[in-house]
Amino acid sequence: MAEALHALMADTGTAPRGPRHLLRLAPVLTVAAFAVPIACGLVGTLMPAFGYLPAIGGDRWSLDPWRVLRDAPGFSTSLQLTLVVGWASTLLSVLLALAVAGFLHHRAGAKRLGSWLAPLLAMPHSALAIGFAFLILPSGWLVRWVSPGLTGWTIPPDVGTVGAASGWPLIAALVMKETPFLLLMILGALNQVRAAAQIAAARAMGYGPVMAWFKVVLPQVYPQIRLPIYAVLAFSLSVVDVAIILGPGNPPTLAVQAVRWFTDPDTTRYFPAAAAATLLLGVVLASIGAWWLAECMAQPLFRRWMERGVRGGVVTPAAGVGAVVGAVLALLAVMSMLGMLLWSVAEPWRYPDAFPPGLTLDTWTRQSGQLAGPAWTTLLVGVASTVLALVLTLACLENESLTPGPARRTAPAVAAVSAVSASVWLLYLPLLVPQIAFLFGLQVLLIRIGLDATTSAVVWAHLVFVLPYLFLSLAEPWRAFDTRYARAAASLGASPWRVFWRVKLPILLKPLLIASAVAFAISVGQYLPTLFAGAGRVATLTTEAVTLSAGADRRVIGTWTALQALFPLLAYLLATTAPRLVHGHRKGLA
Amino acid sequence: MLQRRDFTFLASALLTSPWVRAQAPVAWESVLGKARGQTVYWNAWAGDEKTNAFIAWVGEQVKARDGVTVVHTRLKDTSEAVTRVIAEKSAGRNEGGTVDLIWINGPNFLAMKQQGLLYGPVTQALPNFKYVDVTHKRSNVIDFTTPVDGLAVPWSLAQIVFVYDSARLRNPAELPRSAPAMLDWARSHAGRLTHPKVSNFLGSTFFKQALVDLIADPAVLQLPATDVSFAQVTAPLWAWYDQLKPTLWRQGQQFPDNGSAQRQLLNDGEIDITLSFNPAEAAASVSAGLLPPTVRSFTFRKGTIGNTSFVAIPYNAAHKEGAMVVADFLIDPEAQARAQDIKYLGNLNVLDLSKLSTADRARFDRLTPSATLPSAADLGAPLLEPHASWMTRIEAEWLKRYTR
Repeated sequence: MAEALHALMADTGTAPRGPRHLLRLAPVLTVAAFAVPIACGLVGTLMPAFGYLPAIGGDRWSLDPWRVLRDAPGFSTSLQLTLVVGWASTLLSVLLALAVAGFLHHRAGAKRLGSWLAPLLAMPHSALAIGFAFLILPSGWLVRWVSPGLTGWTIPPDVGTVGAASGWPLIAALVMKETPFLLLMILGALNQVRAAAQIAAARAMGYGPVMAWFKVVLPQVYPQIRLPIYAVLAFSLSVVDVAIILGPGNPPTLAVQAVRWFTDPDTTRYFPAAAAATLLLGVVLASIGAWWLAECMAQPLFRRWMERGVRGGVVTPAAGVGAVVGAVLALLAVMSMLGMLLWSVAEPWRYPDAFPPGLTLDTWTRQSGQLAGPAWTTLLVGVASTVLALVLTLACLENESLTPGPARRTAPAVAAVSAVSASVWLLYLPLLVPQIAFLFGLQVLLIRIGLDATTSAVVWAHLVFVLPYLFLSLAEPWRAFDTRYARAAASLGASPWRVFWRVKLPILLKPLLIASAVAFAISVGQYLPTLFAGAGRVATLTTEAVTLSAGADRRVIGTWTALQALFPLLAYLLATTAPRLVHGHRKGLA
Repeated sequence: MLQRRDFTFLASALLTSPWVRAQAPVAWESVLGKARGQTVYWNAWAGDEKTNAFIAWVGEQVKARDGVTVVHTRLKDTSEAVTRVIAEKSAGRNEGGTVDLIWINGPNFLAMKQQGLLYGPVTQALPNFKYVDVTHKRSNVIDFTTPVDGLAVPWSLAQIVFVYDSARLRNPAELPRSAPAMLDWARSHAGRLTHPKVSNFLGSTFFKQALVDLIADPAVLQLPATDVSFAQVTAPLWAWYDQLKPTLWRQGQQFPDNGSAQRQLLNDGEIDITLSFNPAEAAASVSAGLLPPTVRSFTFRKGTIGNTSFVAIPYNAAHKEGAMVVADFLIDPEAQARAQDIKYLGNLNVLDLSKLSTADRARFDRLTPSATLPSAADLGAPLLEPHASWMTRIEAEWLKRYTR
């Protein structure tokens, strides 16, 4: 996009013609679509963090909000918990993703890993967290399977799992969701590395397949997954919905504490809430900085390890262990979803029964009226934000491909790297800034322009997060498009517009649909942006499921969670089957 | 149009002085006229499916009767709606607000009343308000010692009961019918008792109930708490709780989010006793499959606290007339009887049944019977809620003492 932006500045001399004229606006529009709300929101949160919010009596700059925050009961525990959860889940996710990638790369089925991961990735965080909670409760599914037969527990053991002060269930759920994300990023990065040939060379020198991957491929892959790792770190430090469902309550993580204060009837709590949100922003930035420093320090050590030429060691068995752990987590994730699906059709199901005494569709029938509205809203917001993001992304990418920018004149590899580094940082902005740090400010802004509590506001808030994911997943296949097809079509007299519709779009249909499915899934899963931009009045499956998770009938929660997970799955299914139906007669495109 | 709205504002400002109030009832016909076609955004806690279904029924009824559409804005916590009104006020939106009606009481009501965020008084304008019992059910007009001043419409009465599974606790004589007895019981049943987290309404209620039971003269709780009185009066409470806490579920390190989460724990067999502010909730939960059919209720020997749930209209609500129509329907004998029927909700009514017509009174005789339901004699007289400051301070003190 920076490349496209650059082209925008450089091209102003020539007179614009046709659709090119509009296309040139695309990068600016795209950046504005997500950068403006973030920037305004941050300012709107920073001011009350320093005591300024005249509407509720804060007409003087001060450090009082910070003092209140510091003196709040459990503040240091909360901060510590936030750091532990954020760092532990990121570290574990990175290690697991690397282990699985290194372990699987040379095995049969590695190619299909991506298509297995996508549905897991499409699962909304909150749906997974709700299902995981039932799995691990002392009166939950896992214990029910072995009780009282094997354990003798006629009543559930009094052991803390969900809500445990250490935060381990929260860490586990985050690892379950973030590992597939990082794995997919690694798989994507591998496409740009000539891994197979290099590994073959390394193996010829006597390295095992896993060792070869870690020593030869990893150093080339890592720079490309650095930003995704930072995004995971930022997300894990500031996640709200999963932390509400699985995290400790007294004190909760910093992000949950901030949300609690923002929604407190006592307005003076806005100030410490804003301070907590600002502190969280600082924590995230500092953590990213610390991770980067750790990278710098690890680099010479890693190089020495590579150069020492060790062939054996713990890496290969460790990767094996990691792969097993990864498989167990994937299994737990699937079981979490199955558990909730079972609840949605269960008759009253009590401990210690491993399965419901009977199945019924009563809950679905009773709930259908309540489910319909939020389900439609979810669909509407998801489709609208995805289509908007798609139009903007395609406009940006087309503008870029039609512009003879600096990237085209230099060596492709160098150009790709420089374009990626600048524009991708910008794109990652919404994923690196904690949501709570700008959503409150954004809510005040939306009220001022009269857009709050509207579906449009929610679509816009979703767009902020949908856009980067869609751009990131589509940019690579789009840039890899073989331009000779376009040139051939143009030489036959097709206009650029016609080339786009008749040649480029059909060829790129599959990646386009998959990127759209990813984007739709992101929208379906949004909790905090929906809550704030919708002023609590725009109900989606996710906001309702999180609301219900605080104690409603598990059979009812089951219906919401099942539907919440079903939507992205269907989108993904559609994205993978549609090209086959449309291009059934074109082998390479199906 | 604009003039009329200005007049309404002026009128509502004038109405706040008590001697004007009696003379200026809003003409109900004109309210009905304006209400027709309005969409009322009713912000109500949505953690209970039966309540949600009842709200949906109310929506159908007012739609059919008066052409008012009700949209249930589902809240995780009532404070979300309060926050929204405050956010709107801070953005200068003094009319056309997004919240039309809030299910409210306690600190949320106090906060909104103190900050002038409520429209009204409205109760005297409602035709059905004449049926409301304002003499015996004092909590209908005094919410946690805060005079309601007509700013909120009572619609449901609540009283604390404890709920247990008689299949596990077989001897009713061993049930803990006082706070000290509860400590003894918890010691011999480690990990089988808990209370909702203290920031939850029902959680702090557990503490108030214990406090009322533990001190010699609960009258002191009707006055606002001061630093000195709070320390003195609550000393026995903390001494009691310090001993109780380690014997609780999860060693007192974790607490359920709210009443329904605690009910789920009873259903899951993780605990033996839960509490409820609705004497009929256990019976209703049994028929909904949320609790085993063997659950029963009990109260403390000295009695338990009762209070009222209200609905209130924010000062900047966009559809005040529609909201008034919904509020009036909620205190209609038909709605009150349905709310009290355990088949639907099981909430105690707020009415003085002697004021009703014979036909309307008969509605309350036809309610679904249940073995789980406590009798009026079991329940006893509801005790008054302490002043709201006690609850706020108990919450803060608990957080200070037990959050590390």
